[in-house]
Amino acid sequence: MGLDPLAAAALQLSLRVALLATLLSLPIALGLAWLLARRDFAGKGLLNAVILLPLVLPPVVTGYLLLLAFGREGPLGRALEAAFGLVLAFNWTGAVLAAIVMGLPLMVRAMRLAFEAVPPGLEDAAATLGARPSAVFFTVTLPLIAPGVLAGAVLGFAKALGEFGATITFVAAIPGQTLTLPSAIYTELQVPGGEARAAVLTLWACGVAVAAVLASEWLARRMAARVAG
Amino acid sequence: MSLRVNIAHTQGEFTLNVSFDAPGGVTALFGRSGAGKSTVLNIVAGLIRPAGAQVVLNGAPLHALPPHARRIGYVFQDARLFPHLDVDGNLNYGARFAQDGEGVPRSEVIELLGLGPLLARRPAALSGGEAQRVALGRALFARPRLLLMDEPLARLDAPRKAEILPYLEALKARAGLPILYVSHAMDEVARLADTLVLLNEGAVTASGPLREVLADPASVPLVGVRDAGAVLDGTVTGREDGLAKIAVGKTVLRLPGVAASVGSPVRVRVLAQDVILARARPEGLSAQNVLPVTVRSVQMGDGPGAAIALDMGGVPLLARITARAVRELEVTEGMACFAVLKATSVAPMSIGG
Repeated sequence: MGLDPLAAAALQLSLRVALLATLLSLPIALGLAWLLARRDFAGKGLLNAVILLPLVLPPVVTGYLLLLAFGREGPLGRALEAAFGLVLAFNWTGAVLAAIVMGLPLMVRAMRLAFEAVPPGLEDAAATLGARPSAVFFTVTLPLIAPGVLAGAVLGFAKALGEFGATITFVAAIPGQTLTLPSAIYTELQVPGGEARAAVLTLWACGVAVAAVLASEWLARRMAARVAG
Repeated sequence: MSLRVNIAHTQGEFTLNVSFDAPGGVTALFGRSGAGKSTVLNIVAGLIRPAGAQVVLNGAPLHALPPHARRIGYVFQDARLFPHLDVDGNLNYGARFAQDGEGVPRSEVIELLGLGPLLARRPAALSGGEAQRVALGRALFARPRLLLMDEPLARLDAPRKAEILPYLEALKARAGLPILYVSHAMDEVARLADTLVLLNEGAVTASGPLREVLADPASVPLVGVRDAGAVLDGTVTGREDGLAKIAVGKTVLRLPGVAASVGSPVRVRVLAQDVILARARPEGLSAQNVLPVTVRSVQMGDGPGAAIALDMGGVPLLARITARAVRELEVTEGMACFAVLKATSVAPMSIGG
């Protein structure tokens, strides 16, 4: 099904934002999940609440808060621009940030459950066999939580691909720059006679989603076979 | 080799105050569940590191080291094989971080524990006994200086236990590796251990060479009246009418069901409750073992029982009879009498050469 250049750009941008957001979220979510599952510290409940907040707040509110913090006049936005020349607001990089923030609660939750499902005795057994803590993590913990990490990554990817409210509030929908697939569909529906183009984009969105689900199922089956033995 | 353990540790309501020496060979920590046996092992392994614990192996203090730096093998009650690796992968995991040094060569571990046919299997496809053998092999692959075993047979049924015990005996005979063995089953302990440490509610109630501790009437209430009994070392000298003749010192016992071949050493555990005392040599009795003994000491219990320490030609034996019988027979120290042992009541345990 043919796509005009702007629609193709929207599809391409959505895929790029979703992939980048998923890759960047993985280590962050893994670290946070480990902290929440394995460590006790003051403020643990608060950290958990902050991570979960985007799940319960209206996405528009999350987007507006991002704009306040990371906008060119916001404290964090100004610092980032001064330090790295990185501008997030009304830029495609901001769409990545919005996707990370919105996807993080889902990823952290899936990975935290995976950490908690690892029998702690296995890690002790590895330690008595001479494995230092980092080796225990990479040779025992990580292989055992791999299905949970994958599940989290798939959720994060799906969230990033479909993210609309926070993205359009934080970076708007500038064609060719910040116009993601959901924003493009929404924009087409606002234009008289845009339904046909919206329908084409919708079919593409469905295709990408189905492909992602099939790929993750295939990966999950391979991992489950490895882990369960 | 020598291991010295000194622990003063309080965790909530539970206080552990334990101090003992393990001179080498197999040292058994025996006690009821909740006595603190597993906590002692976890402290020796470094999985728990309380401030008031000292663990010294061959003069080197270990208590400040993290578990991965201690080189102490640990066979857990639940095997704890890595589910994402097959048996071969689990064994190699043990070798992966091993340091060079003494140890049983890998091919010999596989041979000794019969692991060859299991190598390609997944842990989920192993029986409990097989999983324990793999766990033991994995621990040996790491070339440990000391091996800890936490009730490795407790979750197995009797046939599986019988399947594994010979492997443990072979390991003990072959490896020369000191073993700290936790158990609440006295039959295993009597069969394997050289040194015995009795634990009760976080404290050591008796410790020393296994034969001495078990022959001491004072340890009867500590071990439990059903489990108390001396362990004798004998040699199979011949067979007669389906019974094995076992020489213990100058005495010959006739026992059924001894698998060991003529000439091999055996351990015989004679339960105190299976020994009957007679003042005169009984006649017309079906019992096959009537042994002349001398009473060494009489220890009256709190209940209706009494523990009698006997001397059988220099070999200590233990009998448990009622206090009423002590009075009626007028059992006193130095008295010569006869110990009657019904042959089938003795469970002999062979031990490999």
